[in-house]
Amino acid sequence: MKKQKFDSLYALLLIVAVWYLLYFSIDSAIISSPTAVIKVFTANFGREILPHLLMSFYRITAAVAISLILGVSIGLLTGMHPKIDRYLAPLIYLLYPIPKIAFLPVFMLLFGLGDLSKIILLIVIVIFQIIVTTRDGVRSIDSKYFASARSLGMDRLDIYRHLVLPAVFPGILTALRITIGTSIAVLFFAENFAVRYGIGYYIMNSWSMVNYLKMYSGIIAVSLLGYFLFKGIDLLEDKFCSWQKLSDKKA
Amino acid sequence: MIEVKDLDFAYQKEEVLKNINLEVKKGESLAVIGPSGCGKTTLLYLLAGLEQADRGTIKINSQLLTGIRDRSGVILQDYGLFPWKTVYNNLALGLKIRGAVGREIKAKVNSALKRLKISELKDKYPAELSGGQKQRVAVGRALVLAPDLLLMDEPFSALDALTREEMQNLILEIHARESFTYVLVTHDIAEAAFLGHKIAVIKEGKIAAVLENPHFGEKDLREKEEFFELQKKLRNLMSLKAEGVDKDEKAEI
Repeated sequence: MKKQKFDSLYALLLIVAVWYLLYFSIDSAIISSPTAVIKVFTANFGREILPHLLMSFYRITAAVAISLILGVSIGLLTGMHPKIDRYLAPLIYLLYPIPKIAFLPVFMLLFGLGDLSKIILLIVIVIFQIIVTTRDGVRSIDSKYFASARSLGMDRLDIYRHLVLPAVFPGILTALRITIGTSIAVLFFAENFAVRYGIGYYIMNSWSMVNYLKMYSGIIAVSLLGYFLFKGIDLLEDKFCSWQKLSDKKA
Repeated sequence: MIEVKDLDFAYQKEEVLKNINLEVKKGESLAVIGPSGCGKTTLLYLLAGLEQADRGTIKINSQLLTGIRDRSGVILQDYGLFPWKTVYNNLALGLKIRGAVGREIKAKVNSALKRLKISELKDKYPAELSGGQKQRVAVGRALVLAPDLLLMDEPFSALDALTREEMQNLILEIHARESFTYVLVTHDIAEAAFLGHKIAVIKEGKIAAVLENPHFGEKDLREKEEFFELQKKLRNLMSLKAEGVDKDEKAEI
C-alpha cells in the first residue's frame, strides 16, 4: 500500500516538473505558473470548483451505472445464447463505430437541454465497449467450468451467479477503465452546450474569459476526478478479483 | 445400485457408445478402462446425468436417471474447481446450491477439510495450490455432499506417480470408511487394477470384457503377484484391437 502511494506521488512530481519546464521555456500567458494555479485551485476549490465537479461526477456515474446494468445484461445474453448474438451482433457492429458525439444536437432536441441528453450521449458511447467485453468474456469461459457447474447441480441462475459473472468481472473492470477515460472526454465536450454546471463548462468558460489560472484549476480538477474514479475501480478489483492476480503470478 | 441397460449414445451422428450393459452393486466399485476416444468419459457423463442417452436406460437405486442426482458426487478431469472461489467456498458451493443453511455448511465443509487434511488451505485460491492439493479439494468438493455414488473421470491423470498413488490410497481409505459406490474412468492400467472391484474394458464404444478383481482393497496389493497378473490380463485385453492400429501405423512408416 505504501509503495502505491509513493507511485502516485512520483507521477504528480513528474507532471509538475514538466509543467514548470514548459512554463519557464515558453514565455506566454497561456502556460500559467504551476504555483499560481495551485494557489487559485485551493482558494476556489470548495466554493467554486466543487459544485461543477460534483455535477460532472453525477453525470458520469449515472451514465456508467446505467451502461453497466444494460451493457452487462446484453453482453451476458449474447454471450450465452449464440442465436441472440446472431441478430444482435450485426446491429452492434454497425452502430459501434458511429461517432455518437455528432448526435448531441439530436439528443438535445429529443431529450431536452438538461442532464438527460448528456447522460444518454455518454451511455450510447460507453455501452458498446461493455457489451462487447462482456460477451467475449462469456465466450472465453472454458467449457469445463460449465460441466463442473452442472455436475454440482447448478441451475441457470446459479450458473450466472457463481460462474459467469465472477468469470467476466475482471474484463468488465478493464472495460470500465477504458470507458471512464472516454466518458470524461465526451462529457467535457457535451458540457459546453446549455449547461450552467459541469467541469467542462467551467474550463471553457474560464478560457473564454481569458482566466487561464481558473482554466488550469479546472483541468486539475478533471484530472483528480479521473484519478479517484480509477482508484475506485482498483479497489473493486482488489476486493473481488484477487484470485486473478494469483493466477497471473503463477503463469 | 447402478443398472445400465442397452445404452446407446451418438454425438453428432457418430456412435460413441453401443449397447452398453452394466451392473454395479451397492458399495462396490467399477473401474472403466480403455484407450482415449473409446467413449469412457461419455459413459461417465451419462451416469452423472450430464448427457442423455439416445436409447436404453440407466437406473440408480432402482430409479430411472433423468438428470443430475443430488446424491451423486462428480469429479471431472482437470478438477473443475472455480478459480474465483477459495478452497472453502469451492467446497461450500454444492451445499449452498442444495439449499443448506450457514451453520450446516460450515460444519460439513470443515469436517471434509479435516478428513482430507487440507484445513490450512481453506482460504487459498486454486491457483495457489499444487496439483495434488487441488485434487484433494476436488475430492472434498464431491465428498462434502455425502454422496452414495461417486463418479470420477480420470481424476489423477495429471498427477506425478507418487502423488497419484497417495490419492488412490486416499480413495480406498475413504471408501472403506464411508461405503459409497464409485465409478472411476481411467486409461491407467495399474489404477484400474488398484481401484476397481470390477474392471470394464471399453473398446470402440463397446464393453469388451468385465473382469472381477477378487483382491480389491487388500493391504499392499501393489506389491503382490496377483496385482501384476491382473494388469497383464488387462493389457492383453486392451491391445487385442490395438494391434490392428499398430499394423496400420507401421505400414505408414
